[in-house]
Amino acid sequence: MSLAASLMNGLNLGAIYGLIALGYTMVYGIAKMLNFAHGDIIMTGALTIVISVHQFGISPWLSILLSIGVCVSLGVLIEKIAYKPLRKASSLSVLITAIGVSFLLQNTAQLLFGSSLRSFPKAFQIPTYGIGGFELKGDRLLTSLITALLMVGLVWIVYRSKVGLAMRAVAQDRDTAELMGIDANRVISMTFAIGSALASVAGLFYGIAYGFVGPYSGSMPGIKAFTAAVLGGIGSVPGAIVGGVLLGLIESFAKTYLSSELSDAIVFAVLIGILFLKPTGLMGQEIREKV
Amino acid sequence: MHFKQKWVFVLSLLLVFVMVTGCNQQPVAKAPVEEVVLKIGGSGPLTGSAASYGTSVKQGAELAVDELNNNGGVAGMKFELLFEDDAADPAMAVNAYARLVDQGMNVSMGTVTSGAGMAMTEEVKKDGFLMLTPSASQKEITRYPNSFRVCFTDPDQGTYAADFIKTNDLATKVAILYDKSSDYSTGIRDAFVAQASVVDLNVVEEQAFTDQSNTDFSVQIQAVEQSGADLLFLPIYYEEAAMILKQSTNLDVVYFGVDGMDGVIGQMGSEYAALTEGVMLLTPFAADSKDEKTVHFVEAYVERFESTPDQFAADAYDVVYTIAAAVEKAGVTSPKDKDFNEKMIAAMTQIEVEGVTGTMTWSEDGEPAKSATAVVIKNGKYVAFER
Repeated sequence: MSLAASLMNGLNLGAIYGLIALGYTMVYGIAKMLNFAHGDIIMTGALTIVISVHQFGISPWLSILLSIGVCVSLGVLIEKIAYKPLRKASSLSVLITAIGVSFLLQNTAQLLFGSSLRSFPKAFQIPTYGIGGFELKGDRLLTSLITALLMVGLVWIVYRSKVGLAMRAVAQDRDTAELMGIDANRVISMTFAIGSALASVAGLFYGIAYGFVGPYSGSMPGIKAFTAAVLGGIGSVPGAIVGGVLLGLIESFAKTYLSSELSDAIVFAVLIGILFLKPTGLMGQEIREKV
Repeated sequence: MHFKQKWVFVLSLLLVFVMVTGCNQQPVAKAPVEEVVLKIGGSGPLTGSAASYGTSVKQGAELAVDELNNNGGVAGMKFELLFEDDAADPAMAVNAYARLVDQGMNVSMGTVTSGAGMAMTEEVKKDGFLMLTPSASQKEITRYPNSFRVCFTDPDQGTYAADFIKTNDLATKVAILYDKSSDYSTGIRDAFVAQASVVDLNVVEEQAFTDQSNTDFSVQIQAVEQSGADLLFLPIYYEEAAMILKQSTNLDVVYFGVDGMDGVIGQMGSEYAALTEGVMLLTPFAADSKDEKTVHFVEAYVERFESTPDQFAADAYDVVYTIAAAVEKAGVTSPKDKDFNEKMIAAMTQIEVEGVTGTMTWSEDGEPAKSATAVVIKNGKYVAFER
C-alpha cells in the first residue's frame, strides 16, 4: 500500500520534472545554452491560469490556451531580447544572463501579483477513484499520461518532421546548417517556443498537484528538472523524461523510507554518483570535440 | 576698479542682511502650541508570505490608537502609531527599526514575527525603550528586562496545546507535521512532545518538512494516514497549513494548529473555504465571544476594515491599551519626562489589563499570565470551542 502510494507520488513528481526537463534539454541541445529562466516560465504559466480564471473570470479551458500563448510569447521574446545578442559571446555570459532573466521574471511577478501564494482554481480538481480499496488519484494519472503523450509527440517532431531535421542539423553544426540554407535563428526561436509551451503544461500540472502558486514557485522545480535533464543526459529528449521520472521516484522513496528532510541531499548524491560512472548522463551521447 | 569692488561689498552685505533676517522670521511665523505626542513604533510583514499577520497587527493597533485619541488621549498625551514593513525578514526589521527611531519613536511594539524580532531586540535593548510585542512568540524575544509580550511563547503554545487536546479528549492518537527549518515550529513541537508524555497523550507519528521542501506534502500525509492518527497537530504558518489542507482531502483527522494557523481561511480562498471546516486552533482570542470588550472591538474592527479580526489584530489592540495602562501607572505626562523608559518598564509588572485576549499581568521575565482556549472554524468563521 505504502509502496504503491510512493510509486504514484514519485511518478507524478517525475512527470512534472520530466516536462520541465524537456525544455532544458531541447534548448541545450540546439542552442547550446542553459536557460535558467525556464523554471520561471512554469510559474508564469501557472499564475496566468490563476489570474485569468480568478480575476477575469475566463473559462478554465480557455485559460490553459491563454497560458500556453503567454508562455510561448514570453519564451520567444526572452530569446530575442536577452540571448540572441549574445550568440557569439562566451557561454559564461549567456549563463549569467539567464540567471538575471530568472530573477527579472520572479521580481516582476512579485511586483505585479504580490509575493503571497495564490490558490489554484478549483475547476481543475480531478476526482480520486477508488478501485477495490486502492485509491487511484485522477490528477496523478492524467499528469503521467499527458507527459507520455507529449514526449512521444516531441520525439516525432524532432526525429520525423522537417522542423526536427532542421533542429538536429543546427544542433550538430550550426555554421554548416546555415550554409545549407537553414535559418538557425528561426530554428532556435522554434525550440524556445516548444520548450515554453511544455513549461506552461508543467505549470498547469504543478498547480493541480500542489494547489498554490506564487512568484517563486518555479525556482525549485526548475533546479530539480535541470538535475533531471543532466541525469538523463542533457540534449536527449527521452533522457529528460527518464531522468525526470527517476528523480521523482528517488525523491519520493527517499522521503518515505529514509528521511523527509534529507530527501533533496539524497537526490543530489544519486546524481553525483551516476555522473561519476557515466559523465554524459544515462542516455547522453558522447561527442568527441574535433580539433 | 575701486568703485566696482565697493559696490560688490555693499551688495554682499545687503544679501547677508536679507538672509539673516529671513532666518530670524521663520520661528516667529510658527505659532501653534505643540500637543504632547507619544509615538508607538512597530514593524511587521505587510508584504510576503506572512503578510496577513502584519496587516492584522497594524489594523488592530490603529483602531486602538484612534479610540484612545478620540477619548481625549492618555494622561494629556495623544498616541501616534508608526508602522513599517519588514517582510518578516531580520535584516529588513533592523532597518525598519532605525527608521522608527528616526521618526521619534517612544515605545516599541517590537516585531510581529519571531525571526525578525530576534535581530531587533538587541537594538531596542541598546536604546532602552520599553518593548511590548503583540505576537513574536519565540522564547528569547523577551530575554532582556525591557522586553515584554502579549502572546504566549512558542513552548507555552506547545504545552497548552497538548494539555488542551488531552483535557478535552479530542484524540487518542496524535500525529505531528512541522517545519524543521523554523525555530517557531520546532520550539512548539518540542514542548508539545514533552507535555504529551507528561499527560499521557499518544503521539503516533511525526513528520517534518523544511523551507526547501514545502510544496509537496504527499509523502508526509501518506505517513499520517497510515499511522491511524485521529488528530494532526500543525505548529506551522498558514501558507503551508493551507497547502496541507488542500493536499490531504481524503485524510480523516482533526487539524489542530496554534497562532500561526490564523489566516488560513483567507489563504484558502472562497472556492476551497469548505476545506477549513472543523480546523481548530489554540488562541486566547475568539471573535464571537460574548465578552463586552470583545464585542465592541470586533464591531469596530469589522466596520472599519470590513473583515473579522484575528488573534494578531486582537494582540495588537491589547498592546496599545497595555501601553496606555503603563503610562497611567508610571505617572508620566510626556515622553520627554526624566527616566521615561525606566518608569514605563517598571510599570509593566505592576499593571493588570483586561484585554480582548484575556486578563493579563506580567512577570519580570516579560511573559503574560492569561488562559488559553481554542477556536474551531465553522462556516468560514472562528467560533469559540465548546465541548
